[in-house]
Amino acid sequence: MQDVKEFRPKIVAFCCNWCSYAGADLAGSSRLAYPADVKIIRVPCSCRVNPLFILRAFQRGADGVIMAGCHPGDCHYTSGNYFARRRMTLLFSMLDYLGIERERTRVEWISAAEGAKFSKTMNEFAATVAALGENKRLEDLRCKK
Amino acid sequence: MKKLSSAKLNEFFAAIAASRALYLPVDNSRGKAEYKKWEAGVEMSRALNTVRSAKDFFFPQTENLMEFKMEGKKVEVVDTRSEAEDFVIFGVRACDAASFKILDSVYLTDPVDSYYKTRREHGVVVTLACGKPAETCFCGVFGIDAANPEGDVTAWETEGGLMLRANTEKGEALLEATAALLEEGDEAAVQAAQAKTREILKKLPLSDLSTEGLGVGKTAELFDRPEWKTLSEACLGCGTCTFVCPTCQCYDVRDFDTGNGIKRFRCWDSCMYSDFTLMAHGNSRNSQVERFRQRFMHKLVYYPDRSGGTFGCVGCGRCLSRCPISMNIVKVMKTMGGKN
Amino acid sequence: MQEMMKKRATELLADGTCDRVLGWAVGDFVYDQTPALFRTEEELQKGFVYNGFSAANLSKYLVKECRAGGKIAVFLKPCDTYSFNQLMAEHRIKREMIYVIGIACDGKADVEKLKEQGIDGITDIKESGDSYVVSTIYGDKTVKKAEVLAERCVACKSRKHMVYDELIGEEGEVIADSGRFDMVEKLEAMTPDERYLFWRGELSRCIRCNACRNVCPACTCEQCIFDNPRSGVSQKAAANSFEENMFHIIRAFHVAGRCTDCGECSRVCPENIPLHLLNRKFIKDVNTFYGDYQAGEDPAAKPPLGRYEKNDIEPGEAGGVKA
Repeated sequence: MQDVKEFRPKIVAFCCNWCSYAGADLAGSSRLAYPADVKIIRVPCSCRVNPLFILRAFQRGADGVIMAGCHPGDCHYTSGNYFARRRMTLLFSMLDYLGIERERTRVEWISAAEGAKFSKTMNEFAATVAALGENKRLEDLRCKK
Repeated sequence: MKKLSSAKLNEFFAAIAASRALYLPVDNSRGKAEYKKWEAGVEMSRALNTVRSAKDFFFPQTENLMEFKMEGKKVEVVDTRSEAEDFVIFGVRACDAASFKILDSVYLTDPVDSYYKTRREHGVVVTLACGKPAETCFCGVFGIDAANPEGDVTAWETEGGLMLRANTEKGEALLEATAALLEEGDEAAVQAAQAKTREILKKLPLSDLSTEGLGVGKTAELFDRPEWKTLSEACLGCGTCTFVCPTCQCYDVRDFDTGNGIKRFRCWDSCMYSDFTLMAHGNSRNSQVERFRQRFMHKLVYYPDRSGGTFGCVGCGRCLSRCPISMNIVKVMKTMGGKN
Repeated sequence: MQEMMKKRATELLADGTCDRVLGWAVGDFVYDQTPALFRTEEELQKGFVYNGFSAANLSKYLVKECRAGGKIAVFLKPCDTYSFNQLMAEHRIKREMIYVIGIACDGKADVEKLKEQGIDGITDIKESGDSYVVSTIYGDKTVKKAEVLAERCVACKSRKHMVYDELIGEEGEVIADSGRFDMVEKLEAMTPDERYLFWRGELSRCIRCNACRNVCPACTCEQCIFDNPRSGVSQKAAANSFEENMFHIIRAFHVAGRCTDCGECSRVCPENIPLHLLNRKFIKDVNTFYGDYQAGEDPAAKPPLGRYEKNDIEPGEAGGVKA
């Protein structure tokens, strides 16, 4: 008998330094759990997230990618997240157009005070991606171990 | 000479495919021919030639060379090669068959490229004489006979079926293995097919293209000609001509960081690209004029210089039909060679 | 038309309006024309050609020509003028150095469609009303122009020039019901699995020759990210499905909001990949989400990815193509 290993999705979360990263901090200090499979990458602003980052995350083995930033209107740099929103809207729509599961990508606005929202979002997203299974459509076989 | 009746064509393919991989031109979703692995139900394309050349079989666009695994300060080098597959390519045209000799002269002379050599040894080439060459064809200019291609086995389409002639030991073995499906063929049918093709070849618009003024020893004469500038003026610097070319043989070796090791691979490179000759000191060819000149000088002068006069072009015409701006080797030959 | 253009070009060279003319040079089989500069009347007489196969969009060459100095006259078809305006908007070309001659266009022919009709051994092509008379080594053949119209011209978005200094031929209209998004809509209506298979089938043929990028009038970066060895994505090779997807997604994204839908990418693709369907998806999305926008229509317009609205649609709500 072989052990059936439970599938644990790898998730990359791009978090803006001023809101969402602080939100993750708050989740931690409030002892609110979120899956250990969520790997956070801190970015100065959600606007720093280049579409290439999202694709690169999938290439290196992510099963889901989420971008989190300040709420619209609350950007530390006034308007960065507005631009990021347009970019991600178009990019995710394109991924969908190519037949790549829409649920593998997500954008959420999480403030520094929303530790609970951070934890809830990550739990939800991890569950969604786990249900989808491994990322096959945007994988790079060379990067598989 | 053997004959295979049309009715038995699929049986013939099945017989070959039973023991090894069989590749042949198949129409893709856009109606263009590309080499595909044969399996029951796959129909051979009627197109004159494939978009990509047959060089892919021996010199694939991308190929892993080796891997490095690192643990602490220890580096392990892994040869990732697996057992090479035996394969047959069916339906190669005379131009592509001739291109193999050019690739051989590069890859099988010292230092021998073992990756290429293995594939060559495992592959059997069945060529198919052209019945209806196109206006972009000019293989005859380089002494290639579209009606009598080389290869391990040569095939001709005649009424009622294919005529097959083995040219090498490998070819004879292939025909022997399928002998149950073959009958004795008639030389006259082949000659009739050849005569028909040669009649068309004579009428093709590029049949009178000349290599005069090109070839061995012309470097000094041609290198500084002012026409290179005008010819290359519109060149986009893309790699289409080099990637569809059956004789272009340049590659780049690169390392890919997988996140858990390094894969060293090689991939086709193009002298038309801006980073082609990029070295530590910089780049020795900084303008498209120089890159453009390199490509055509290589095919028409440098290669002949090194190969005893054989040109580095086989006249397949792919660059003529594929170049985005329709600048091609024929236009270069007309401008640089001949009576100009 | 060709004679009129030649005459005007000769005059413009003679009166000093320009010192060179950007047009199309004749090839060996009528359809294989090369963009070229003509500097003298003699050159024009010998090599200048304009007919149903003069497909290349000449606007991108102006980036290089503007750096060379002097004054350039250029022939632009309606769709090319959109590219011209977009290059103006991005300060890639200098208006005062260029004399634009707008030329009427009723669609260009695709020689591959001609060949798909079983026409081989072409030696000459002549226009005759709404048909082409094709001379081949097997005899003459006649085909209707409409039957061999290039894919992009079938869904022509505009026969109106967005910019010109003078016009040869009659000015046309913007075509509102071009149907250019029909195929995008068809794809959107498919299931994700079907879409995935469709695009795999198309993109797997990519040979990474970069013709689509190099011909694109919107791709004018001094050094493309895919040519930069330090970018980590500079592989030339179509190493696997990921590389193919990444290159085309990123390329389409880089020109999103800037692509005028001139269709050059699909025209030049040696593997006949319908690359314009990626660009049109972005154009359609921009129109749907942020209001109608046509790149190259107005060089003063702000690009859709360079502006925002506070109540923009959220990524999670957009393009809800459900499985």
